Amino acid sequence: MSWLATTWFVLFVVIVAGYVILDGFDLGVGMLSPFVARSDHDRRVLLNSIGPVWDGNEVWLVLAGGALFAAFPLVYAALFSGFYSAMMLVLLVLILRTVAIEFRSKRHSQRWRNTWDWFFFASSLGITLLLGVALGNVVRGVAIDEAGNMTVDLVELLNPYSLLIGITAVAMLCLHGAIFLTQKVEGELLAKVKRLIPRLGVTFFVLATAAVLATLQVDSEMVDTFRDRPWTVVFPIGALLSTLVAWRLVEATWYLAGFLASATTIALLLASVAAGLYPVMLPSSIDRAYDLTVHNAASADNTLQVMFVIALIGMPFVLLYTAGIYYFFRGKVEIDQDSY
Amino acid sequence: MSAEILHRIQFALTISFHFVFPPMSIGLGLILIILGVKSVRTGDPKWRQLSMFWVKIYGLVFAMGIATGIVQEFQFGTNWSVFSRYVGNVFGSLLAAEGIFAFMLEGGFLGLMLFGGSKLGNRLWLFATTMVVTGAMFSATWIVMANSWMQSPAGSEVRDTAQGAQAFMTDFADVVFTPTFIPRILHVLVASWIVGAAFVMSVGAFYLLKGRHEDLARTMIRVSLPLFAVLSVLQVFVFGSNAAVAVTENQPQKLAAMEGLYETRDCAPMFIVGWSDEETRETTGLSVPCLLSFLATQDFQGQVDGLEQFPTDEWAPVNLTFQVYHLMIDLGVLFMAIGAFALAMWAWKGRLWDMRWLLWVLVSTIVLTHIATQAGWWTAEIGRQPWIVWEQLRTADAYSPMVGTGNLVFSIVMFVLLYGLLFALFLFLLNRKIQDGPPPPPSEEDTSSLPDSFAEVFARRPHRASQDSTTAATGGEK
Ligand code: HDD
Ligand code: HEM
Ligand code: HEM
Repeated sequence: MSWLATTWFVLFVVIVAGYVILDGFDLGVGMLSPFVARSDHDRRVLLNSIGPVWDGNEVWLVLAGGALFAAFPLVYAALFSGFYSAMMLVLLVLILRTVAIEFRSKRHSQRWRNTWDWFFFASSLGITLLLGVALGNVVRGVAIDEAGNMTVDLVELLNPYSLLIGITAVAMLCLHGAIFLTQKVEGELLAKVKRLIPRLGVTFFVLATAAVLATLQVDSEMVDTFRDRPWTVVFPIGALLSTLVAWRLVEATWYLAGFLASATTIALLLASVAAGLYPVMLPSSIDRAYDLTVHNAASADNTLQVMFVIALIGMPFVLLYTAGIYYFFRGKVEIDQDSY
Repeated sequence: MSAEILHRIQFALTISFHFVFPPMSIGLGLILIILGVKSVRTGDPKWRQLSMFWVKIYGLVFAMGIATGIVQEFQFGTNWSVFSRYVGNVFGSLLAAEGIFAFMLEGGFLGLMLFGGSKLGNRLWLFATTMVVTGAMFSATWIVMANSWMQSPAGSEVRDTAQGAQAFMTDFADVVFTPTFIPRILHVLVASWIVGAAFVMSVGAFYLLKGRHEDLARTMIRVSLPLFAVLSVLQVFVFGSNAAVAVTENQPQKLAAMEGLYETRDCAPMFIVGWSDEETRETTGLSVPCLLSFLATQDFQGQVDGLEQFPTDEWAPVNLTFQVYHLMIDLGVLFMAIGAFALAMWAWKGRLWDMRWLLWVLVSTIVLTHIATQAGWWTAEIGRQPWIVWEQLRTADAYSPMVGTGNLVFSIVMFVLLYGLLFALFLFLLNRKIQDGPPPPPSEEDTSSLPDSFAEVFARRPHRASQDSTTAATGGEK
């Protein structure tokens, strides 16, 4: 029983990390866009740096939803119905962002373009902030009752700790997006992005450290978990180190390597959270006996097995053509008649 | 209004809106493949020109499909948490498989397909298109599979757990091939192709009426009209009837509601139009005697179960089911007629090209086919009531108990406003694309310099420094 459920927990974290790393850089580009791009041409360059891939990136979120539904239906049910209003807002911004990206360059009118540029920025920020705040609340614990139901209203969601996590997420993805852009832009734009990176890096570093300390403060169980499994501290430490590495690599103009290091930071940070929580997935703030864990919330073994086979067959293809497509669109952005 | 009703309204609203777009992308995808194959075979630039035009529209449709599809992925959890818990073991895996097999394929290759016009040779472009379209068809397959399990559950058993009753998978193959799955997926795919063909046909007819791009417009109709006509006939006589047989066998009370049949009888009639009164238990209207018996049992004297066989609290809303079902059927028959007549006029010395009223009818098919697909789904879903999982879980017991009515009203209002705005924007941009018309035909050299095999793609040097920033700055429109 337990190894399959644990495997699925790990797979779920991998999918979430895939989402945050891939969609993360295009969210970051969205949040940075008003600050680095002034002219219409520059904005189009930014948009086209993510143009061919952002949709594929977002599918990782859909996949995370599906995997959660299948492998941990009780968490899927509790989490999304409990966060109802917040989730509706997430959906709202997700939709607005899709539309902003797709519709922006379809008309010449400057007002049209400025409006959608603003939506692109605001929705990218909104998604990052909301998902960060949601993660903060999950770590902090939510009011799950015996039946596995919970409700959290919007106001409760916005507690200081979760807001800190939300803002950290914003800084993290801005940095990630900026590092991604170094591979895609050139000239004046590149110089501008590179000037931003150290500043974003420092901001993120400070916020992330504060977030780690605050986490140990709000979740005493996590301290115990790390004490029981001391090796897991390599995750947060590695995360902070790889941020530094990313910054050095970008300075040395090894942009791709810098991006990979930044991706590693994100993966390791998520791994820290997962390792700190495991085996709990949703801690209950009412009574820890009501926690939804990897064991009591998982689907039965045969479902997990079938799903595992599906993942084994599907994932190699997914990775193969994701890699192929990134390879095809590698290099600096060119604008042509088919561009956004 | 009760929370249950609000949940249902929201779900019906959002899924129906989502379902405006997938049939267009599945159907248009088929046409794009046909155009791509022609392009590779003949090398005539007009096919590539047409592909470039339709792929832009495809992109627009697809964006709407994504925007509205994401909502669906999470809505089972937000609005139907008891249902999600109940079905997670079974239904969840189908949804996750859809993500891995279908959406990843679509999302991955979409970029290549949309940018293909300026980046890929004919053959590779066709490859990218085929991948996206395969993804879209897979997606329909998995989701209809999931829906079919709700209609005729199999391969699972219900057990009590600490969190209430849950369905557990006993046999994956049975879950995949539930009794209604094959007839339904075929019916849905054919319906989508009909919508796609109607779309191309209506734009072609519109251009002819306005006297624009006449050559290309005729080509559009030459490709889409025969497809539309043939598929419509097959839909009515083969795939539609099979869907009806599947309902008869697995959900007899739904069939009774669809036909407004209250008493069990032989030689049961099939209505063309009518009205069903649930109070007096009477259905009146224009009908063909004994036809329902024949369709359901292959015998004109066969016996068909009426609603009286079943407890009243297991009846679907009879008249509503009846109306949407007959709307679909009547439209299906109308499509056959339109297809056959237009084909005949075309064969008869090309009269079709000058018959303005007939061209207007062709323009209208895009709206009519959408009405038919929506009506079909409404039949399937409303006819399933009061069950959310057929004879296992009631809709009334399945919604998220913790979500307050205030939140629901808020989200419904949000979706109404948002979707209203989206739809207006969609129509506005679609109209502009159509008014702008196809791009100029690509020149021979332009196309032949593009990579057309994997080896060429991988040998291609990425763009490094901008040699030509002026053209980039004023670069064309999407
Ligand atoms: C262009 C669209 C279109 C056309 C012309 C038809 N249908 Fe249809 N029908 C659909 C599009 C559709 C659909 C949207 O694809 C549905 C909804 C659910 C499903 O499985 O397919 C559907 C459902 C559906 C159902 C309910 C299935 C269920 O409850 O599970 C039946 C019995 C039929 N159809 C039968 C017919 C018949 C006998 C037709 C011929 C006159 C017909 N349909 C034409
Ligand atoms: C194939 C995937 C689909 C699944 C898994 C699905 C699932 C559901 C669920 C869970 C509900 C809510 C419970 C209920 O009211 O019974 C529902 C209701 C409904 N669905 Fe679907 N649905 C699917 C496709 C569609 C499509 C494509 C349409 C329309 C175009 C549609 C139209 C409706 C309507 C109108 C209702 C409300 C019925 C009522 O409450 O009376 N569904 N569906
Ligand atoms: C029969 C009903 C349905 C069919 C045939 C269908 C098919 C499709 C197709 C072809 C797409 C690709 C986008 C497009 O071309 O519009 C799509 C998008 C999507 N659909 Fe549906 N869908 C149906 C109902 C549902 C339901 C009930 C869900 C909920 C789980 C759902 C979830 C999604 C999601 C998440 C996307 C976005 C995928 C992306 O980003 O590419 N769909 N759907």
